[in-house]
Amino acid sequence: MQQVFKKPNALCDVNLHYCPGCTHGIVHRLVAEVLDELGIEGKAIGVAPVGCSVFAYDYWECDMQQAAHGRAPAVATGIKRVHPDKVVFTYQGDGDLASIGTAETVHAAMRGENITIIFINNAIYGMTGGQMAPTSLPGQVTQTSPYGRDPKTQGYPVRMSEMLAQTDGAAYIERVSVDCVKNVNNAKKAIKKAFQTQLDGKGFSLVEVLSTCPTNWGKSPIEALDWLRENMIPYYPLGVKKDKTTEE
Amino acid sequence: MAEKVLVKGNEALAEAAILSGCRHYFGYPITPQTEIAAYMAKRMPKVGGVFLQAESELAAANMVFGAAGAGARALTSSSSPGISLKAEALSYIAGCDLPCVVVNIVRAGPGLGGIQPAQSDYYQATKGHGHGDYQMIVLAPSSVQEIIHLTADAFDLADLYRMPVMIMGDGMLGQMMEPVEFDLGERRKLPEKDWATTGTDMKRKHNIINSLIMNPDDLEACVRARYERYEQIKATEARAEEYMITAYGTTARIVKNAIVELRKKGIKVGLVRPITLWPFPEATYKKYADKVSAILSVEMSMGQMVDDVRLAVNDKVPVHFYGRTGGNIPYPDEIIKAMEEIAGGDK
Repeated sequence: MQQVFKKPNALCDVNLHYCPGCTHGIVHRLVAEVLDELGIEGKAIGVAPVGCSVFAYDYWECDMQQAAHGRAPAVATGIKRVHPDKVVFTYQGDGDLASIGTAETVHAAMRGENITIIFINNAIYGMTGGQMAPTSLPGQVTQTSPYGRDPKTQGYPVRMSEMLAQTDGAAYIERVSVDCVKNVNNAKKAIKKAFQTQLDGKGFSLVEVLSTCPTNWGKSPIEALDWLRENMIPYYPLGVKKDKTTEE
Repeated sequence: MAEKVLVKGNEALAEAAILSGCRHYFGYPITPQTEIAAYMAKRMPKVGGVFLQAESELAAANMVFGAAGAGARALTSSSSPGISLKAEALSYIAGCDLPCVVVNIVRAGPGLGGIQPAQSDYYQATKGHGHGDYQMIVLAPSSVQEIIHLTADAFDLADLYRMPVMIMGDGMLGQMMEPVEFDLGERRKLPEKDWATTGTDMKRKHNIINSLIMNPDDLEACVRARYERYEQIKATEARAEEYMITAYGTTARIVKNAIVELRKKGIKVGLVRPITLWPFPEATYKKYADKVSAILSVEMSMGQMVDDVRLAVNDKVPVHFYGRTGGNIPYPDEIIKAMEEIAGGDK
């Protein structure tokens, strides 16, 4: 019988710890499929963050290192500078990348560090139980914005992809979503292109993936997908923000 | 024999690191250690190495975390306020059992403090830097020549015991020029780094570098195994010179001058100079506890190492303290006076 669907080789055969309906699992799979398709599992070194994906080191078959909260781009820089011929990537959430690790992220991009970052934006701190993230939307109710995020006192959400696109060192920045099949397919294309950017030695690549957190949003998985589509995509427009990959 | 050259302490340290096979330096400017970064910026590209000026001490230390995990001999250097920031990464490096070398050219604190020589980071270096149950080996050179030897030792000890090693000096030692030989002597044989993230090449199971252990029993077992290794280090690596005023680093050199004068005055006094601050050379102090009538600990701090001296001799002999702080350096006359008062009081 012809096999039409299987677990990617680069994905470990273990149970993921994520909540029902969480989109981390989809993105983990996409990264694994890309590692398979580019044939780079054996030369990949991943960096796991602090956040919901803190156990990511157990989920991919490639070599993995943990990082402190926010420091994954610095750790990845250290690895890449030791092994410039390997493929080094980080997988980070929004609190990690856009709050405590803003400096590490921006400066890795400005250096044109030849690494790939998969950035999960679900507009909330998931692992600690649903606090306001730098990416939480105006009016969004969380544990630490119980009356809804008020930009007057709690500031505005950060659009990291647009911000990083301003840096000369960034080679490829795209924002994607995993709210529907079409967008999942686009997300995979973007992730593949990001890794290819690194393989071609073009410099810093980042894919921001709009994701859901049904548990901490207080929604069913389907409601969460709808909420992402109706609220997050208007604030965080999808698309390529920077592409220097065709330049010589 | 190698040629004698006149060189600054900070630059000697940088060159000794390169001679020891370090090809990855990550740093951030801070006085009085910036010559290390400046030297590395010039030299590393010429030996095929990496010099990277990071956006912060936090980032620099976490780059070392990455490079160490990837199997390289990695170095970062800073001075007191910067070491506080590096403490985060040091905890992770220790928790992941990775080797690296970190240099603290101490300045007076707390806070921004001053930039003059001090030893007020002894507690931080030997008792606590980052969070958690762990230790660093801490080496305390007292001459530029010794900086060279201890830098080479630092990389070897780090690789052998898979832990961070700190070289602790001060601005005087870092800035001082002395004639030295760049001869590292015979080095020890070190284990392969088969745990490093180098890419699996699809030939082995993936290596994971991690300090997150959620099961309390597993975490306790891991910490206990680390402390068993520490006991082995305490038994085999603690070093000191053997006399009776006790001081380390720059202060020990000043004490030597004071001792010459004290002996002329008929006071029999010698120097115990710890070279490793952690592990603390307790055995040396224990050996002398029955033979001396008093011990004087001289430090450029309000008295930090003196606690370890007291613990080592366990009340068998009175332990006194004399210190200057804020970037002030004790003069031999002050030390002589302090020792004379103790010797006089014993009569």
